[in-house]
Amino acid sequence: MANFYTDNGDLAYQFRHPLMQKIVQLKEQGFTDKEKFDYAPHDVEDALDSYEKVMEIIGDICANTIAPNAEEADHEGPTLHDGRVAYARATAENHRLLTQAGLYGISLPRQYGGLNFSMVAAVMASEIVSRADAGFSNIWGLQDCAETIREYASEEVKDEFLPRINKGDTCSMDLTEPDAGSDLQAVMLKATYDEARGLWLLNGVKRFITNGDAQIKLVLARSEEGTTDGRGLSYFVHDRAWGGVRVRRIENKLGIRSSPTCELTFTNAPAKLIGERRLGLIKYTMSLMNGARLGVGAQSVGLSEAAYREALKYANERIQFGKPIIQFPAVYEMLATIKAKLQASRALLYETARFVDLSKEQKQYHRLADCYTPLLKLMAGEYANQNAYDSLQIHGGSGFMKEYPIERIYRDARIATIYEGTSQLQVIAAIKGVTTGLFLSQIKAYEARPVPAEHEHLKEILHQMSNEYEQTVNLLQNAPSEQLDLHARRLVEMAGHLIMSHLLLYDAQQDKSFALSAEYFTFRAQSWNREHACFIHHFKPNYYQNVSLQNQTSSD
Amino acid sequence: MHQKLKIVVLAKQVPDTRNVGKNAMKEDGTVNRAALPAIFNPEDMNALEQALRIKEQHPDATVELLTMGPERAAEIIREGLFRGADGGVLLTDKKFAGADTLATSYPLAQAIKQMKPNIVIAGRQAIDGDTAQVGPQVAEKLNWPQVTYAEEIVGLAGDKITIKRRLEHGVELVCAPLPLVITVHGSAAPCRPRHAKRLLANKRAHITQWGVAQVGGDESQYGLSGSPTRVKKIENIVFQAKEAKRINASEAEINELMRELITNHTLG
Repeated sequence: MANFYTDNGDLAYQFRHPLMQKIVQLKEQGFTDKEKFDYAPHDVEDALDSYEKVMEIIGDICANTIAPNAEEADHEGPTLHDGRVAYARATAENHRLLTQAGLYGISLPRQYGGLNFSMVAAVMASEIVSRADAGFSNIWGLQDCAETIREYASEEVKDEFLPRINKGDTCSMDLTEPDAGSDLQAVMLKATYDEARGLWLLNGVKRFITNGDAQIKLVLARSEEGTTDGRGLSYFVHDRAWGGVRVRRIENKLGIRSSPTCELTFTNAPAKLIGERRLGLIKYTMSLMNGARLGVGAQSVGLSEAAYREALKYANERIQFGKPIIQFPAVYEMLATIKAKLQASRALLYETARFVDLSKEQKQYHRLADCYTPLLKLMAGEYANQNAYDSLQIHGGSGFMKEYPIERIYRDARIATIYEGTSQLQVIAAIKGVTTGLFLSQIKAYEARPVPAEHEHLKEILHQMSNEYEQTVNLLQNAPSEQLDLHARRLVEMAGHLIMSHLLLYDAQQDKSFALSAEYFTFRAQSWNREHACFIHHFKPNYYQNVSLQNQTSSD
Repeated sequence: MHQKLKIVVLAKQVPDTRNVGKNAMKEDGTVNRAALPAIFNPEDMNALEQALRIKEQHPDATVELLTMGPERAAEIIREGLFRGADGGVLLTDKKFAGADTLATSYPLAQAIKQMKPNIVIAGRQAIDGDTAQVGPQVAEKLNWPQVTYAEEIVGLAGDKITIKRRLEHGVELVCAPLPLVITVHGSAAPCRPRHAKRLLANKRAHITQWGVAQVGGDESQYGLSGSPTRVKKIENIVFQAKEAKRINASEAEINELMRELITNHTLG
């Protein structure tokens, strides 16, 4: 029986990472839950076994239902009926099976019906679901909203909403509006307190809301009249059953078509406040976004995995000039590159997830998680697109037709560098890892790990790359801020290449199957970084004078 | 309902004959079980789902699995627990080994008498033997009525159960009294997935095992000694017929067919 977990040894490998001991101990707090819940683990080994067993269930449902459903779900898409969304048949079936299998609430505490799994395991579930259907993975992944409720809401709100996740209620995060996309400080949706009824009422419009007709909605709204910036925004939870929210339309999208993206109107929609007023954007949304960015990282790696497998299959089956096209250098090089980028972004995904798991305990990990999350979202999102592009290219004309899954994967991948903050915004979040020296010190920590003789040459290359990176950063130390902005992406990518090379080198020590990807990726990373360094060293600020703000009143 | 509803699902661990690779047969023509993964017989999975659906409608009902096989067949019971069953019994004993359908249905019926269900549900047939005999034989041995080829259990009220049967030319709705043996067709709803919490709670579950001593009855009817079936020869048949031929069920046409089959040595 096909299984998307057991057919991919790179996943089980992540559970054998030495930090997993600490992560599980932190998550299980002395394993006291076993007194109250028959499904709680008895020790670390038992918990890791439980992770594997549950991944097998997800791998089974993904391989045998969600992946075969993906084309139909994409083609049919959700439909709008009198202000409500109906999922496509296939999408509804996916959701029903995952609910029947008791998988929702994967990271929620057991007292709320969850499985209390670590972020590493939750991220893996998202990766597997995304490989099967990246559009559907949004409906699955939005359960992460529960984390924000769990962390910041009152006990009453937690008890009211959290147990519903495991029973199949879905979530949405209602942040963006027509005039507030990347700039969430501009949110206008109004929240007014109704003294008589003792609750908040929401009025306004939200746009581009993924799974916008969810039962449980987290809404960013302006509670402080007269304010115009982020400090006037608060955070609310709305229950669809309370009424007042209608779906005005479902967007007609390029990709992830199985997931409904909605425009919503709020008309006196009742809501409850989460946490404190005025902290809606600066605290809660930021926390929510970090979880969502990690989710897009997982989604991107799942997409890369799907793209790689489609390319590998086609390159083996397709005969041209009397042989399978995988035997041609131009094709096998593309495949090797896809595989290396896939494994590199996966290494970064789970390293980030481990930091997120440990961030609750140690400040050091919190800082790392903070910088690795946007780095992951940037690199994995871009790689998913590059990999889908190359995979489609390997398919040739057939890839351009709608007959093979790669055309859907290619379309689905495109959003990964856009939503939950564009790649350009991830750079702005990740650049502090460059300027504070956090990336460099982590790279040096990786460098300090011993390697066997056969990998010394890679370590030497990485050492040179690290020097080159340090020098390039220093070059910009006193440059005007606009110049740093211009080079920020190059610097972040240089750090990313170095970090992923180190992670793959470490993986190659544990498991020889990573050795070739580690070597190949490091060599590619070396040339990518050299290109960036070369550009930065020879940069002149006047390059961009040929594009400037157009004068709207000019009469040309 | 006079007594609490209890359902026993008959399930068999079989070699996965749907994924037959190059090593599936040994040189002597017998099945190479080591090369084929052992799985839950697919139609027994459909049977389990029908049982679990009854349990959903009648929350005080219990669903237990009953299987016979070597010790590793306990996996079948465990699989049932993961998907919603309440328990089960594995019949395992060297004396049960080598059983044909008759020597399988006998100990199963003996065990069922002790488990005292009101409904027994089994898959129509197992993918290794394809006989479709065990379910009906169990019914005969229990002296219960049987409904075969069930596609859906439509309703259950009091001692009356309504079942949709999948037949060659369509469906048939039948009403039957309890106790009853039902065999379920592969066109029935697929089984629900394993439930994460049930799996984690039951991964160490103790599985009840009964040997000859617990099952009781006439030992000569067990295993090889209780099996009148003898496999004379196994050969690999290449299917040559390109199309099906349909005859009417008249005396004359059946006689004509018999003559044809005897002439071409298919029979005789």
